[in-house]
Amino acid sequence: MGEDGESSKLNHSFLRDYVTEADVISTVEFNQTGDLLATGDKGGRVVIFRREPEVKGEEEELAEVGEYNVYSTFQSHEPDFDYLKSLEIEEKINKIRWLPQQNAAHFLLSTNDKTIKLWKVSERDRRPEGYNLKDEEGRLKDISTVTSLQVPVLKPTDLMVEVRPRRVFANGHTYHVNSISVNSDGETYLSADDLRINMWHLDITDRSFNIVDIKPVNMEDLTEVITAAEFHPHHCHLFIYSSSKGTLRLCDMRASALCDRHAKIFEEPEDPGNRSFFSEIISSVSDVKFSHSGRYLLTRDYLTVKVWDLNMEKGPVETYQVHEYLRSKLCSLYENDCIFDKFECVWNSTDSVIMTGAYNSFFRMFDRETGRGVTLEAWRESSKPRAVLRTRRVYTGGRRRRGDVGVDSLDFTKKILHMAWHPEENIIAIAATNNLYIFQDRVNSENTENQ
Amino acid sequence: MKPWPAVCPSNCSVRPLAPSPAQLAAWLQSQHTELSTFTHCNLAPSGRGAAPLIQHPASKHAYVAHHQRTEVTRVLGCHSCCRIDMFSKGTKRKFSDDGDEISDESLAGAQVSSSYSLQRQSLLDMSLIKLQLCHMLVEPNLCRSVLIANTVRQIQEEMTHDGTWQVVTETFCGGSQSPSERLVATEVLCRSREQDAEPKLFSVLSYEGCREEEVVTDETLCSVSVSDTASDVCLSESARHCWERDEFVEVDRDDEACESSRLGPGDDDDDDDNDDDEVDEEEESSRVDPKTMGQVFGTFEIKNSAPGPDSALEELFSDVDASYYDLDTMLTGIQSAPKMGPYDLLDSLAPSHGPPSIGSPSNCRSDLNELDHIMEIIVGS
Repeated sequence: MGEDGESSKLNHSFLRDYVTEADVISTVEFNQTGDLLATGDKGGRVVIFRREPEVKGEEEELAEVGEYNVYSTFQSHEPDFDYLKSLEIEEKINKIRWLPQQNAAHFLLSTNDKTIKLWKVSERDRRPEGYNLKDEEGRLKDISTVTSLQVPVLKPTDLMVEVRPRRVFANGHTYHVNSISVNSDGETYLSADDLRINMWHLDITDRSFNIVDIKPVNMEDLTEVITAAEFHPHHCHLFIYSSSKGTLRLCDMRASALCDRHAKIFEEPEDPGNRSFFSEIISSVSDVKFSHSGRYLLTRDYLTVKVWDLNMEKGPVETYQVHEYLRSKLCSLYENDCIFDKFECVWNSTDSVIMTGAYNSFFRMFDRETGRGVTLEAWRESSKPRAVLRTRRVYTGGRRRRGDVGVDSLDFTKKILHMAWHPEENIIAIAATNNLYIFQDRVNSENTENQ
Repeated sequence: MKPWPAVCPSNCSVRPLAPSPAQLAAWLQSQHTELSTFTHCNLAPSGRGAAPLIQHPASKHAYVAHHQRTEVTRVLGCHSCCRIDMFSKGTKRKFSDDGDEISDESLAGAQVSSSYSLQRQSLLDMSLIKLQLCHMLVEPNLCRSVLIANTVRQIQEEMTHDGTWQVVTETFCGGSQSPSERLVATEVLCRSREQDAEPKLFSVLSYEGCREEEVVTDETLCSVSVSDTASDVCLSESARHCWERDEFVEVDRDDEACESSRLGPGDDDDDDDNDDDEVDEEEESSRVDPKTMGQVFGTFEIKNSAPGPDSALEELFSDVDASYYDLDTMLTGIQSAPKMGPYDLLDSLAPSHGPPSIGSPSNCRSDLNELDHIMEIIVGS
């Protein structure tokens, strides 16, 4: 991968800084084993990376140990047009979720603003040869030339990855779908838009159940929207959804068919000292994730990440400041719309470290045991393959160290919104505009870069 | 690295056909800056002709005359948000029975509150522009629109409350009216929804560390906050009334007859004090170059173009119309016929035909003339 980077640098250096809108990565997701990594972009394409199986017995330095290479690319969604409202429907992939693997094929759900699709990703590395009635190209043979019968045999061929759409779940949403989540029962999944959450069965495309509806009778009374939703990892009847007012609602589907009434509501009382006109906007939760254990919740609002205990509703158990230095700049960030950026947050495999993105290609990791946070950078210039990521710092006062970045020189166009953490190992995938960075925590501290 | 993007951020779902919010905000800022350099009379309580008073850098209770134009510095290239010391409205304001006596403290309060109001106003402008720009090819982001709309509502609510208690900072409309009554603000925290009595609550745009000498005291800037008056006529807190009052007051900036605009419901609530309070605000606003203000507030022009006061009043009072200007349609970019509702201000931002025009002074002028006529009739001469 390093060599490829070099050659592309030579040939396309003048194009390097030109980012086509369609190449901007909009979602990143590992599958349950971590062998596959799917990314969706604004152009409606999905690129799947697969981890190369480790080659044992070679020299450890040079072996391609577990690098991710492109496995398959396909066009998931096309731009569409809503004739009723005369508005375009973007093909941008909002979310990808993998289904638990049940056979040799892999299944993933991908969604744009309106339509969810189920894709089957299968490999084919052999094909039958030796047909009696067809020749090698598939043309029918002249029957008179057939003198003997042969049994077709499967011969290995080059690996082919086929991706086929298996289900299209359309017309379920009036508003923009922001989340999908596969249930632990393996049969259903939920899709959430701004005002409603629907539950689908994976095999049924013409029908879905509406389980949450917060649309007011009079749209003028609308003050709150749904921003994210997720099923509990173990309990198939529980799901959580977050709102633009910073509340989290845990719903139990056993209680009623329409879960407008929450079972629990998680809300932190507002800090009166920090109140401003932007208090509500920055309290809007942009992402919510259950921990792998199922006991904790991780939420991201504009300035912080918070860990909540499902058993305690009155407030988070941990709060981490992601970029508190932006608090005094909220007006400017409101003006250039950055205040509406939706950052994602992720747990590591053991729920001991949480990670989220920030601006200037920075992303932050917090160790829950020590409470300490570290800032890292996903930027081509400063990371060579197999180089150790060095920590960065935003200068907010005190003694200024070399390499500190001032708040005023942060690049707010370089934002890390989407990321994923390998379900078992310490491998992270960071999407920075149109680049995907994969960092691995190894003795050799490798990293790779893909475009 | 250019810190502030000149174009919309990459994940913005809006494809700008109209100027970007930043550009429009910059345009707005240029208007504000223009206003700020307009030297303007008067903070002196006795009334007319005094030189502008600048807060002494060391003490915020001392005022010195300053004849130079005060510039508004910008913080971080934030166009509409000037670096103004408006960190708090901490100064306690006293209700003075004698309208002519105003203590330094209340002046200071006026200073801070005026710059705060300016900030708030510019935030309101920005928010409305943002909502306006939702009308694009792609369906606008509902979450963003709702958050902006909530911000606008919040500002409106606060303006309702503050408008009642706003210190009237000046007067002088060619001497035609005297500010006999100054309703000096009491503790602004009389607002019902505030629990905490901390003045710090009002650091709505946190600009910590702003130095005092950067306080802009120009009258024009204070007068920009004219929108939060018109409190007398309607003490109710319904958002709709807030919108309507603001509309009318903002347009009332022509300089002639600066009578109060008794164009809202609840005339029974009026008393003379409030009238004059109203009057003062009118005069103060009228001092500003109407054309400039017209351009700035051109976006807030009243959609109602029917002549005569009656239809204007009727529109104001037309409560629930059959087809409300639905938030849904607004947010999805479909324009319906303008109705007077909580979002009719937004409606006036986007005429149902043609591209949104930020400045249309001619419309403002005709409206101004109508309303002047209205005021004359209602108030009498």
